Amino acid sequence: MPRTARDVVFVDGVRTPFGKAGPKGLYAETRADDMVVRAIRELMRRNPSLPPERVDEVAVAATTQTGDQGLTIGRSAAVLAGLPKSVPGYAIDRMCAGGMTAVTTTAAGISFGSYDVALAGGVEHMGRHPMGEGVDPNPRFLADKLVDPSALVMGTTAENLHDRFPQITKERADAYAVRSQQKVAAAYQAGKIQPDLVPTAIRSAEKGWGLATEDEPPRPGTTMEDLARLKTPFRVHGNVTAGNAAGLNDGATACLLAAEDVARELGLTPRMRLVDFAFAGVEPEVMGVGPVPATEKLLARNSLTMDDIGLIEINEAFAVQVLAFLEHFKIADDDPRVNPWGGAIAFGHPLASSGVRLMTQLSRLFEERTDVRYGLTTMCVGMGMGGTVLWENVNWEGAK
Amino acid sequence: MSADITKIFEGEVVTHARVRDVQLPFGAGTLALITLDNGFDHTKPSTFGPAGLTELNAALDAIAERDDIVAVGVTGKPFIFAVGADLKGVPLVSRREDALAIGKLGHDVFRRLGELKVPSFAYYNGAAMGGGVEIGLHCTYRTVSRNVPAMSLPEAFLGLVPGWGGTYLLPNLIGAEKALKVVIDNPLAQNKQLKGQQAYDLGIADAIFDAADFLEESLAWTARVLKGEIEVKRPEVDKGKAWDDAVNMARWTLEGKLHGAAPSYVRALDLVAAAKDRSRDEGFAAEDEALADLIMSDELRSGLYAFDLVQKRAKRPAGAPDKALARKVTKVGVVGAGLMASQLALLFARRLEVPVVLTDLDQERLDKGVGYAHGEVDKLLGKGRISADKANRLKALITGSLTKDAFADADFVIEAVFEEMSVKQKVFAEVEEYVSPEAILATNTSSLSVSEMASKLKHPERVVGFHFFNPVAVLPLLEIVRGEQTDDAALATAFAVGKQLKKSCVLVKDAPAFVVNRILLRLMAEIIQAVDEGTPIEVAERAANPLGLPMPPFVLMGLVGPAIALHVNETLHGAFPERFPLSEKFGKFVAAGKRGVYLPDFTLDPEAVELFAGGDRPSTEEQVLERALKALAEEIRLMLDEGVVAAPEDIDLCMILGAGWPFHLGGITPYLDRSGIAEQVTGRRFLEPGVASLPA
Repeated sequence: MPRTARDVVFVDGVRTPFGKAGPKGLYAETRADDMVVRAIRELMRRNPSLPPERVDEVAVAATTQTGDQGLTIGRSAAVLAGLPKSVPGYAIDRMCAGGMTAVTTTAAGISFGSYDVALAGGVEHMGRHPMGEGVDPNPRFLADKLVDPSALVMGTTAENLHDRFPQITKERADAYAVRSQQKVAAAYQAGKIQPDLVPTAIRSAEKGWGLATEDEPPRPGTTMEDLARLKTPFRVHGNVTAGNAAGLNDGATACLLAAEDVARELGLTPRMRLVDFAFAGVEPEVMGVGPVPATEKLLARNSLTMDDIGLIEINEAFAVQVLAFLEHFKIADDDPRVNPWGGAIAFGHPLASSGVRLMTQLSRLFEERTDVRYGLTTMCVGMGMGGTVLWENVNWEGAK
Repeated sequence: MSADITKIFEGEVVTHARVRDVQLPFGAGTLALITLDNGFDHTKPSTFGPAGLTELNAALDAIAERDDIVAVGVTGKPFIFAVGADLKGVPLVSRREDALAIGKLGHDVFRRLGELKVPSFAYYNGAAMGGGVEIGLHCTYRTVSRNVPAMSLPEAFLGLVPGWGGTYLLPNLIGAEKALKVVIDNPLAQNKQLKGQQAYDLGIADAIFDAADFLEESLAWTARVLKGEIEVKRPEVDKGKAWDDAVNMARWTLEGKLHGAAPSYVRALDLVAAAKDRSRDEGFAAEDEALADLIMSDELRSGLYAFDLVQKRAKRPAGAPDKALARKVTKVGVVGAGLMASQLALLFARRLEVPVVLTDLDQERLDKGVGYAHGEVDKLLGKGRISADKANRLKALITGSLTKDAFADADFVIEAVFEEMSVKQKVFAEVEEYVSPEAILATNTSSLSVSEMASKLKHPERVVGFHFFNPVAVLPLLEIVRGEQTDDAALATAFAVGKQLKKSCVLVKDAPAFVVNRILLRLMAEIIQAVDEGTPIEVAERAANPLGLPMPPFVLMGLVGPAIALHVNETLHGAFPERFPLSEKFGKFVAAGKRGVYLPDFTLDPEAVELFAGGDRPSTEEQVLERALKALAEEIRLMLDEGVVAAPEDIDLCMILGAGWPFHLGGITPYLDRSGIAEQVTGRRFLEPGVASLPA
């Protein structure tokens, strides 16, 4: 029998407030799995018309899949969250694009007809699981010159980008970073961020129980002068600093996806429709440029150009990587379509969780911007990749 | 004042009051959240001692001065809310004024939570007992987690009253009837605990949330309550007839069960009764007085001693060999297929999860025995205690064999055949033909000599006594008997198996009837002798009431079975004829096939009365009791002198766990000491003053 692809919609997304990794961070003594569980439970609570047994899959991404991020975290989080035991789950890894891949993979399953409803999310507790924990790179990477030695250190790949695009100076990167901080502060001020944050219990043996209610990483008052004073840890006299890059963070995200007809049946309110997605590979030593080919591929396949895109949520692993993307598509550094509420330089970037944060924010922007039809979420990925997802605003006024 | 008691509680594991500001959801404002945490994990629950209370008080001082908070919350470390007063210092309290100070300090600190400018919220996130429950009762609102495994006001069980607000606040919150369930009924029922859901259903908590995000949801609920979006509704407490009726009902039950023996229950009940009309100050002051009286009572000191025995000594049996010597048990044999054998098979299969094979010479008996065990498994399944898979597994583990070659690969074989030496010796000799030389042979004999039973074997060093108490699935005591030739490896294996069976093991010398039966039979012998002499059965039966034992002697005899009682009596008579005389009348009573002295309607059976009739030297209740207690003191002293157990503590532990003798007696030796009977009869005490009684 011929098969018809089904439309997939993004219904809702939540996240824990993001914290700074390390012994003084919000989540220093909180488990990663508990953070995902909290996000999943809140998502279910916010969508009471969804019977839990109708969830067909729980895909949770984590880059380091050991300890509290191991044990097939999608499944274990589903059980811990109290979903029926009949609901399956699995773990996903595509480093920074883990959460994004959790969404595209389950969405593909929905479109194929294998699922009706799926939960997708990501978690990274970089305090408990520092980047590169337990990795054992194959010696052939270097022996056979498959990748440049700098490819495994993300900050160095960002320095490499500055080499490739000399016109992207440290000053431009810093200026971009300052704007990101300002936009996040403004968005907080306007109450745009808070509705999708899940207050999360945190415990410290020394301080007792507390509640994480806001992102910890943002530094609202940051100035160019502040940033100019920072060290460039990846290269002497380099360009990449803690100020023009995302930090090391802890956080978890989750979102609810459904076939559009099933969403209607269950009384769920979609915010955006998945149009298509693409992943692409680049040289690992300049992984930051990954979103470019991924986005090109996607736009071409859908006969669209950047002019058709009204909103772009691009992950800010490094300012230089965002600027490289913008240059390629001839978009101004301060184009209002790009990260209108700020990005990861301010919010933080708990690796595998970030993709879903981009989508949640885009879906909220769509609600406000009924004049916009299409939006992108895009991000670069370690080992030289990029991923881009194309979304259509279900509330686009042009459709009415 | 609190400085004095802090000194008494030197070395207190201090429960800290960590305070942290929480921004409540929905813009409800800032809540100061107090976490009670003693710095250890859940295996060492947080308790309140003077230093901890003082620290909490200081935290509340700081909170009381703040104008920027909208509420205060209290919660505990993971899995534990708080389990009440630190009792470790209580045995050292020697002055009533210090006892009074403990009560007052708790009140003075806890009550502040109900008297702040802002509302207070208790979040019962885990186990909460005694003062742990009470601190929450002082708060304006309470939430409880669905996974809370244990909540209780166990004070009366130990010999105290819930004296930090429990007897006043709880009935005024949920009414006398429900409060008495918590204050009286549950402590009386072997210190039964409430689950989170039950605490919510009783109205102790205003809201209940899942464990997964209990604190977050409690805080969200708090915010809604503060914003007026949730109105907390509690049923109105009936302070009229319902209150008095509940009190009267409880009083009647207590009198029937304890006959005034354990003062704590009556004091707790009196406080609940009066809480109806008292002001908060009056109620708390009355609690202080009751607490001080009880702390200065021997019953409490005995209760704390008993609690310590059950909590600690029961887990580390005195005299047990190094557990490294224990051998692995991978298959169990049970000789016999009678009721006891089937019960043992089920217990071993459930706890050890290894194959258990029953043997009997008769196919029909064997089928019946295996069938009984399988039927019990099905009952567990029916009650939802085990899953269907588990039931299948257990049934597959329990099999029967007509021949003893089925024991060939068993490491532990226990016999439960007819109580006769020659039969048991023959059975062990047969088993020895098949099993390895290291396999343990255990006997469940209640009175025969383990050494004699082993004496004719090739490997007598492998024989141990393994004396359970009926019903074996329920009673926690296991007397492990070392025969003359028993070696350390066999004994260590027996202790390891006993622990796996979740029994509290006590090491006992191979002496007639071991511990519990010897003491019960000595008591029974005195009672029967009194009846023999002409004391009416009902008089003898009531004689022990002032002790508050779980049941009167003749009721116990009916439960054990008169024939078994007689059999043990005969064994003991053989060993100690003067102290365990054989009553001709009792012999006739058993020969007449009587199962007890009562008819099914609990009235005395006239035929039983007739069988015991004819004496001409009746005693009063007091005389019977005095005689019985003297006999007990004599017997226990002799047992200790014979080395039947290591110490009086083991006697008490056996009587508490094997016969259900009460905490307020401390088992029995503390009572014999404090009543002066021990010294009167044996010239000395069993325990030093202060161990299970007030310090000298």
